[in-house]
Amino acid sequence: MSTPVDVGTELPPLTIEATPTFVVSTALATRDFQDVHHDRDSAVARGSKDIFVNILTDTGLVQRFVTGWAGPEALVRSIKIRLGVPLYAYDTLTLSGRVIEKTGADVVVEVTGTDGLGAHVTGTVELTLPGGIS
Amino acid sequence: MKIEEAAEKIAAQGESAPRLARDPVNQAMVNNWVEAIGDTNPVYTDAGFARGSVHGGLVAPPAMAQVWTMNGLHGTRADDDPLAAMMAHLDAEGFTSVVATNSEQTYHRYLRPGDHVSATTKLEGVAGPKKTALGEGWFVTTRTTWYVGEEPVSDMVFRVLKFRPPAAEPPSLQVLRPVISKDTEFFWAGTRAGELRIQRWGETLRHPPGPMPPDGDLDLVPGYVVASGRGRVYSYVVHHHPPVPGKELPFVVALVELEEGVRVLGELLGADPETVRIGQSVEVAFLRIDEELTLPAWRAVS
Repeated sequence: MSTPVDVGTELPPLTIEATPTFVVSTALATRDFQDVHHDRDSAVARGSKDIFVNILTDTGLVQRFVTGWAGPEALVRSIKIRLGVPLYAYDTLTLSGRVIEKTGADVVVEVTGTDGLGAHVTGTVELTLPGGIS
Repeated sequence: MKIEEAAEKIAAQGESAPRLARDPVNQAMVNNWVEAIGDTNPVYTDAGFARGSVHGGLVAPPAMAQVWTMNGLHGTRADDDPLAAMMAHLDAEGFTSVVATNSEQTYHRYLRPGDHVSATTKLEGVAGPKKTALGEGWFVTTRTTWYVGEEPVSDMVFRVLKFRPPAAEPPSLQVLRPVISKDTEFFWAGTRAGELRIQRWGETLRHPPGPMPPDGDLDLVPGYVVASGRGRVYSYVVHHHPPVPGKELPFVVALVELEEGVRVLGELLGADPETVRIGQSVEVAFLRIDEELTLPAWRAVS
């Protein structure tokens, strides 16, 4: 990140293909064994269209999105997310973000993740940018 | 009121006893997680890079905070888990479905391989009942704190919506469904197969089917015959009121005396209430409602 960061700075968007493999592997990597995240028959029986991504994965994706922009040595202080529509298998999630507060190297990034159904995840990330960048 | 009282009681119990994570923070679980999430940050996986970084060594992704203390495949919730206790109360009130809505994690420091975290949870409160797109429900908020030893390392406010799923869509052809018992299941299996089956006790036919023969002989075992399906109207009513699901009013219900001698009830399909007459010849028809249910009915034979 070589450009200066200010309130209003937009993050480059990140696109995630929510393949069934992605939904299942992230659910298991977050040790979430709820059947709606790996068993389509069960998910459908419970009224869902398909298996869907779990909330721990959303937190992980938001972290990946923001630190991918801020750099490997950015320090993540908090991730606060709210879920909207589900992210079903075979859909695509697009994460976008914008800096909404800045105090020295401490910034707050507002993040929105949208899929084919609408707003899937919205939230904020507090982080400290790596040394030298402010 | 009951739900709020339960919530107050559970909240008053405060923090649950600490639950120790199955494993200390370890590289294998970090590797699985970063692979699945697609996070290529080298501070989690590249020891050389991590040593020269602000962390001075490998660290775990902060977003894995909750992962370390997940219950796992065969895990059970602790007896004093306030979320489980609150869920049980809401289940009992008919709010049987759950969806996570909010996760607010704060990280006090990065975890390192070898840190063994434990978690405590307390109920912050419930709010409801609220009307939501998913159905009426209650928002349940808990706060979890993770410790390494006595040191709090991260915390999370977690909110779920516990909701009453809306009633299932009515079947496309909605009818009043019969109660099917052990004594009558052969009859309904018959209608599904296009057969009008009449219960037989030795030489005696009985309809509607029952648990014993008309003479009360408890040693007999029932069988059935497949009726020809032909008979005559023995009696009938014209139903004008009240409305019946899946029926247009008025309609005719006929008691038909079969060639075999027993009488069977059913709708006389397409009948004009003005022209139905006693003695009219009819034959059976089968109305397939769905996979499970086929109703017998009658059609006039000219």
